[in-house]
Amino acid sequence: MDLITLSSNMLYAAFILYLVATLFFGATIRQKGRERNKKSIAGNIAIGITILGFLAHLVYFITRWMASGHAPLGNMFEFVTFLGMAMIFAFIIIYFMYRLNFLGLFALPIAMILIAYASMFPTEIAPLVPSLNSHWLYIHVTTVAIGQGILFISFVAGLMYLIKEIDQTKRTNKNTLLEIVLYVGFLFIGFIAITTAFNVMDYNATFEYQEGTEILETEYHLPPIAAPNNGVLLTEGVMEPWFETPAWMQGADAGRKFNTVIWSVISGTVIYLLTILILRKRVGAALQPLLRNVKADLLDEIMYRAVAIGFPIFTLGGLIFAAIWAQIAWGRFWGWDPKEVWALITWFFYAAFLHLRLSRGWHGEKSGWLAVIGFGIILFNLIVVNLVLAGLHSYA
Amino acid sequence: MDKLKCECGHVNPEGTVLCEACGKPIEGNQHIDGNDKKMLLNMRYEGSARRSQTYRKSFVDKVWSFFSSVKVGVILIVIALIASMIGTIFPQAQFIPPNAVSRDPAIYYEDQFGLIGKIYYTLGFHEMYSSWWYLLLLGLVGVSLVICSLDRFIPLYKALKIQKPKRHETFLNRQRFYSETENVTESDLERMKENLKKLRYNITEQDGHILAEKGRFSRWGPYVNHIGLIIILLAAILRTTPIMFTDEYVWVREGETIVLPGTDGEYYIENKRFIMEMHDPEDERFRDAIAQEGMVPSNFQTDVVIYKAEREVPGAEPELEPILEDSIQMNKPAKFDGYTLYQQGYQQNEFSSMTFKIHETDDEDATAIDSFTVDLFDPEPEYILDSGFRVVIEHYFPDYYLTEDGTPASETNYPRNPAFVLLVYPPESDTPEVSFLGIGRNIDATGENEYKVAIQDFETHFVSGLTLRVDRTLIFFGLGAAVFMIGVIQGMYWQHRRVWIHPKENGILLAAHTNKNWFGLSKDIEKAIEDTNINMVEDRQDLDKS
Repeated sequence: MDLITLSSNMLYAAFILYLVATLFFGATIRQKGRERNKKSIAGNIAIGITILGFLAHLVYFITRWMASGHAPLGNMFEFVTFLGMAMIFAFIIIYFMYRLNFLGLFALPIAMILIAYASMFPTEIAPLVPSLNSHWLYIHVTTVAIGQGILFISFVAGLMYLIKEIDQTKRTNKNTLLEIVLYVGFLFIGFIAITTAFNVMDYNATFEYQEGTEILETEYHLPPIAAPNNGVLLTEGVMEPWFETPAWMQGADAGRKFNTVIWSVISGTVIYLLTILILRKRVGAALQPLLRNVKADLLDEIMYRAVAIGFPIFTLGGLIFAAIWAQIAWGRFWGWDPKEVWALITWFFYAAFLHLRLSRGWHGEKSGWLAVIGFGIILFNLIVVNLVLAGLHSYA
Repeated sequence: MDKLKCECGHVNPEGTVLCEACGKPIEGNQHIDGNDKKMLLNMRYEGSARRSQTYRKSFVDKVWSFFSSVKVGVILIVIALIASMIGTIFPQAQFIPPNAVSRDPAIYYEDQFGLIGKIYYTLGFHEMYSSWWYLLLLGLVGVSLVICSLDRFIPLYKALKIQKPKRHETFLNRQRFYSETENVTESDLERMKENLKKLRYNITEQDGHILAEKGRFSRWGPYVNHIGLIIILLAAILRTTPIMFTDEYVWVREGETIVLPGTDGEYYIENKRFIMEMHDPEDERFRDAIAQEGMVPSNFQTDVVIYKAEREVPGAEPELEPILEDSIQMNKPAKFDGYTLYQQGYQQNEFSSMTFKIHETDDEDATAIDSFTVDLFDPEPEYILDSGFRVVIEHYFPDYYLTEDGTPASETNYPRNPAFVLLVYPPESDTPEVSFLGIGRNIDATGENEYKVAIQDFETHFVSGLTLRVDRTLIFFGLGAAVFMIGVIQGMYWQHRRVWIHPKENGILLAAHTNKNWFGLSKDIEKAIEDTNINMVEDRQDLDKS
């Protein structure tokens, strides 16, 4: 078995192990109050399997590095997969600080969605362009990912706090807002489901369109609902597009990306509606009883603590190391590139979060919302900035 | 100044909320930290007297109070955050893509994004990060940083220095972690002290009152990191001066030696050659990706020689002394005498020479009768060929274009699109044939030419784009970043934990406080009271919520 095959098998193994670990974390819910204070067997098995999964994930990373000759952090698939790994790493650390099994029940599935999301991007090993060819690639990127992984735990704890504490007896603005946050999770699942389905069918439709002064071709792997602006369908025997992508959407392959978003929203919504149909209540309301036995104060503390730990690491990786590398590569440590600006926005946001914690009224629920928004900014920087706002970091 | 004397004998400055020595709430000042409405004491700044909360009359007081508010600081941060977001909605002027219909911002934004784009441009959002109000905003954040820090640091420092182990009972029973235990033996107390010492607490005692404290230095973390940020802001101001910061962009052709701009004619650069390498599409590792996404460059490199100019007399032709021979690559800049040169770009669109051939107009095979080569940087006025032909270059347009009134002209002096008007004198003839010749153009003005000139071959060269920088502020940015990291780690990764033991006639009161990580503090106390009958503290945060 060659290294590349070994590497991708290890990633599968990690994914399956995380799934099994989630089931064991789920088993800890049934334990009664007193049992949970003792060392729980299910909890120990669960964290054991999580660590095993993390090791498999690490082997994926190392073997891919050996196969390609550079740290696998060069494109969207590689970075997002690594971010998933950093999230699991952060979870393991926080787990041993607080021994809270429920955290695994929420953190692992969300990290898994992200890892699956990563696999939707081209997974071939790509060569490095000259600007990325530096040791700072892995110094900068790994530090950022670990920082973001720890901030992710703050998001998980915040989300759990909101699910636990927000009243679900009748429909309110708050629980509607929480439902929207959960619905966004479904959009990711929808994206993964629809992309996988059409990948299996090997679907392909090619368009020709004009971008600025150039004529370009783009390949759709999902049936075209939205054609590129001024695009002409070249492939025969496929669905005719319903409309064109508006002209103000910019950047490489704007039409294809817009089309993917439309499909994700459609399939995500269908999956969400089916879920509601089965549960016969809001997803937030269905999750709430799972958290009955968790202390809200502990969740609040984990959410704050994770920001306190993650913020310095994020600053170091996302701003300081980033600036050092930019100085070496381009001779300017700061250039107001969209990615840089969004790193600064993330930093501003968490700085504001930490300062707001100084005043009394901002603990608990308000902090929970902030933790959710903070991670939303991180995801925005990862997905929208990379794929939509073109810049030095635009990948796919 | 009114001094407030506490019943413990300590004299506190005006505006103190909790006595600096014993922590007793000082009557009449409890509203300042909101203690009057809560059961638990607000311990944030140890209840010390802050200028902003004490003096609020004069204009200076009001400005000081305004900027010393954390809320104002957070609002400023949030405004800066939103402004930064707006700046990324559309590309900033410097990032307008080169293939855009027009790179003129006045046209680009409206053309691409319609009315919203026009508004964006009109409001100046296309140059957001150098706009005066954005910079002012960052400046105000800086002011807030300085004032917030000064307002709190000095009184906090004093309060923590003055604090006594012997605390007032009210101070203890209004802490979040609190317990009362009756009948505590001397050995239990000793064991607890021992345990706390093992946990690396510093123990101080006064009349049987015990204070166990650790990690006080973490309280200075925020002030240290704010100093780091201030250094960074000052460095940013320094950077606007030309002594501290120079930035020049220079294009150098292969084989060319030119003076480096921004060095006062002191340094010259020679571009020996420019190299662009591609990843091997046959490389097993990358074959699939390259097949899908196309060729990927692996290296951009300029081999340069840097010369120092020695002038015996000012203004004379300089003697060039080579001081550095280097290969500049991405991520591998060249450094000399405080200057740094970065590989930044390249152009491949220049011709260095062109070879022309002459053939008979009716010859379908276009067999060359003779040929000649023109150096496009230094064309000769006339070429006399062995076959007897004489070619005169009547006009040369290195970068040809047709003006609006239809006359040919050259856009630049660089041979990017060379075109010629040639006078061809056939052997032993004095009447020239006029030919207009360029890339993709070959015009016989009269239509009667017997001979035709055609491009036979050409050579191109690379032009390498290099950035020359002097940045003497880097060290300050580095220092600021280092100080910030030290401060933020100091404040975030350690916590200031204190445990107070207050003896009563038959028993003790136990209280504890930390600035963060209450979970860790409760574990410490659990360990400290192991094997004693001292009661575990109760977390009374919930009592505070109503």
